[in-house]
Amino acid sequence: MTPVLQVQGLSVAFEHPLGLVRAVDNVSFALAPGERFGLAGESGSGKSTMALAILRMIRPPGRIDGGEVQLDGKRISHLDEDGMRVLRLAGIALVPQGSMNSLNPVIRIGRQIEDAYIDHGLKFSRAETDSRVGELLQTVGLPAEVARMYPHELSGGMKQRACIAIAICLRPKVIIADEPTSALDVVVQRQVMETLGRVQQELGAAVILVGHDMGLMAQFVDRLGIMYAGRLVEVAPIARMITNARHPYTRALIDALPSLEHRGALKGIPGLAPLLRDLPQGCAFHPRCALATDRCRSERPEVRTMGEGESIACHLA
Amino acid sequence: MLRYLRRNPSLTFGASLLLLLLAFLVIGNFVVDTEDARPLSVATVQPPSWQYPFGTDRQGRDLLAVMVAGTPLTLRIGFIAGFLGVGIGSVLAFIAAYYRGWADTIIRGIADIGLTVPGLLVLIIIAVSVKGSLTVNQMAIVVASLAWLNPTRTIRAQVLTLRERGYVEMARLSGMSGPAIIFFELMPNLLPYLAATLVNAVSSAILASIGLEVLGLGPLEAPTLGMTLYWVNYNAAIINGWWWWWSAPIVVIVIVFLGLFFLTVGLDEVANPRLRRQA
Amino acid sequence: MTAFLQLRNVRKTYGGGMLEHSANVALETLSLTLDTAKPQITAVVGESGSGKTTLARLMLGLTDATEGQVLYQGEDITRLNAAGRRQFRRDVQAIFQDPYGVYNPFYRVDHVLTVPARNFAIASTRAEAQQKIADALRAVGLRPEEILGRYPHQLSGGQRQRIMVARALLLRPKLIVADEPVSMVDASLRATILASLRNLTDEFGISLLYITHDLATAYQVSDNILVMYRANVVEAGAVEPIVQRPQHPYTQLLIGSIPRVSTERTSSKGEASPRATVNDATATGCRFADRCPAVMAVCRREAPELHRSEDRRAIACHLQDTSPTLPAGDLSAVLT
Repeated sequence: MTPVLQVQGLSVAFEHPLGLVRAVDNVSFALAPGERFGLAGESGSGKSTMALAILRMIRPPGRIDGGEVQLDGKRISHLDEDGMRVLRLAGIALVPQGSMNSLNPVIRIGRQIEDAYIDHGLKFSRAETDSRVGELLQTVGLPAEVARMYPHELSGGMKQRACIAIAICLRPKVIIADEPTSALDVVVQRQVMETLGRVQQELGAAVILVGHDMGLMAQFVDRLGIMYAGRLVEVAPIARMITNARHPYTRALIDALPSLEHRGALKGIPGLAPLLRDLPQGCAFHPRCALATDRCRSERPEVRTMGEGESIACHLA
Repeated sequence: MLRYLRRNPSLTFGASLLLLLLAFLVIGNFVVDTEDARPLSVATVQPPSWQYPFGTDRQGRDLLAVMVAGTPLTLRIGFIAGFLGVGIGSVLAFIAAYYRGWADTIIRGIADIGLTVPGLLVLIIIAVSVKGSLTVNQMAIVVASLAWLNPTRTIRAQVLTLRERGYVEMARLSGMSGPAIIFFELMPNLLPYLAATLVNAVSSAILASIGLEVLGLGPLEAPTLGMTLYWVNYNAAIINGWWWWWSAPIVVIVIVFLGLFFLTVGLDEVANPRLRRQA
Repeated sequence: MTAFLQLRNVRKTYGGGMLEHSANVALETLSLTLDTAKPQITAVVGESGSGKTTLARLMLGLTDATEGQVLYQGEDITRLNAAGRRQFRRDVQAIFQDPYGVYNPFYRVDHVLTVPARNFAIASTRAEAQQKIADALRAVGLRPEEILGRYPHQLSGGQRQRIMVARALLLRPKLIVADEPVSMVDASLRATILASLRNLTDEFGISLLYITHDLATAYQVSDNILVMYRANVVEAGAVEPIVQRPQHPYTQLLIGSIPRVSTERTSSKGEASPRATVNDATATGCRFADRCPAVMAVCRREAPELHRSEDRRAIACHLQDTSPTLPAGDLSAVLT
């Protein structure tokens, strides 16, 4: 089955006075149609940059330094800006981080959805537009009146769902959601994620969920990729990731999550995430890894495929 | 520093203009006899020539000397009034914004009422009430009397936003007193803004003083820019075709204002990093 | 013996002047006593708008109560003299949520450590003060030579957050009010910082008020918990029974909504539409009534009082009307 999105060797580099910094380093993965893929990592891991790179929304001083992206088997990484504009929202949609602040505060919600249509050259009659907008809002669980409201009149969760509505209005094949619930409380977060899951299923679209909340990943995604220092260090189906992760960093991340079952010692990961412009020799994680060997300290582990849609970059796996 | 100047063309342009003017004045002082700025010094109504590069006026003043002698006077009025205005204004603004309460209500009330009154009108009334002619310094005080109103308001607004910052609360929790917080925590963050406000105030003060002088309410003996224009009017220089008489002061005034304007824009950019151009 | 810090029938409202519609309640009447004889960590959990930050600010004296009093060593904090104020500031410190805004960008990060060190005279000589600052930084896992002398923008969010914890440690207050001290920090670092906070209590005897929306970390690190919803305390007491066997429908909803790292997928039962963000002072009834799956007629008429349903649990819910009411509504009885 052709993957709906194929990323091969994607790299993003930033010019820094002290040298070139690789925010995303040779990342490859494939997304099946309708699949839910999680991209997890801590701040500085490169996950948000990845999402932007797929959409070619990286601004200088950053630039895409290599690699290829294919949507439905067609190369899109060589398209010019006009070609990409057509694709954005219609082929790949983004629900950006801080979505709630991405809504134009002086334009009504309905109009903002209309703008998406107009920007892509679709002009409908007034009645048709209203009906489409109404349907869209209903799909995300918002009452039709919301179309006439301004963003500040909505709660955080409602604004988030409005952003999801904009993201799906052109029926994209891939939805990239970058930390869509970071500013929301737990109860609303769940509602929004369920909305996202439902619309994704109805559309048959694939979702890339970028975030750092492992609990959220566990409840939502089918497969999970872990990023560290710009590299995709492990990819596996979520069930196996939780019960039997291969990479020590993944295991440490899962262990760092405070449990609600019993009180015990809080386990953090010692040390700090490495500075991208000053990565350690060998494996980027070795200074913080309890299992590091001499090989880890000198030789950088390459990404190895372990099966269908699974990969690992670790000497010990 | 120089790199920044390249990225902030307004600041560079403004500063350059003013530096040029300053150079003109400094060099002019050595080259030109400023006594010739007094009436009856030289031949009257001479168009620009090698001997009199800016020409002369009807009362026998060498206009080049007038520019060299008079511009600093105008600038002085502007600076004194501007500094006084911003000085008083910031003290009042800090007190009003930090302490709030009745101090704020009173200060704000006075400033608001003062701002609704047409400034020039008030200045005219003050200038007219003063017996005899004003000296340059007295002129500065007259203009300063109103120059503090706007700075009080604008600086107060800035302090109001700053006082909600986390570091101000942190300072309170660390046992800092009110005045200490104002001086050590708030003021340093306002320096760029204060600088921009100062330049603005100087600009307004110069304009106000020129306005008063053109109406004849300024220091009659001083060869300031505004007074020169007053004499231009008085002697109907435009109708008489003595173009050099009114071009010189106007050119200098334009340079002063352009310089101050671009300086303000440039300083605004320093104060508000979001306005900065991408490198 | 006078209690260390006491909130007596404290209520905080905003607005409600002549020209405005009725006041907005930020914190409904609350009574609480913190005793430093037995240092412990009390968590205050709630969403934004629940009143938890207002509670923190009232305890720190950054906001004044509209009704009721905040008493420090038996004295109203709004009426303390200069010496009393200084002592209060010395004894009650804060760690704020935002590791960016708390630093004055004009100064190096040392400023935030040296200023209180000087004001509270924690050392007799400059050298001694420097030593104590260095020790405090090391206690939170930072290297003084890497931190001191830097400007805030040169350090990461996690480092800045830890400097705040070091500052609290340096001043050795009796009570630390920590408002979302780790929300901006990565999961891996969060546990480390929380462990150092727990250490403050265990090793140095400092009580901590841990304010957060993250129930999981609250559960792991605290002894007691207050669950807040729309300016009210809905459930309070020992943390273990409340998290394992929540009684208030809101607490149940909260705990049920937290995504677990498990292979088991849970789904929500479809809750009501989003709630209002303003707490009208004149509204009657329980504020959770609109969203409560167990709502009854009485819930819409009367706001529930605090009942003591267990030895170490207080709950504000009509479902518990058969339990004895909490005397004077004072939560201290269940927070030992």
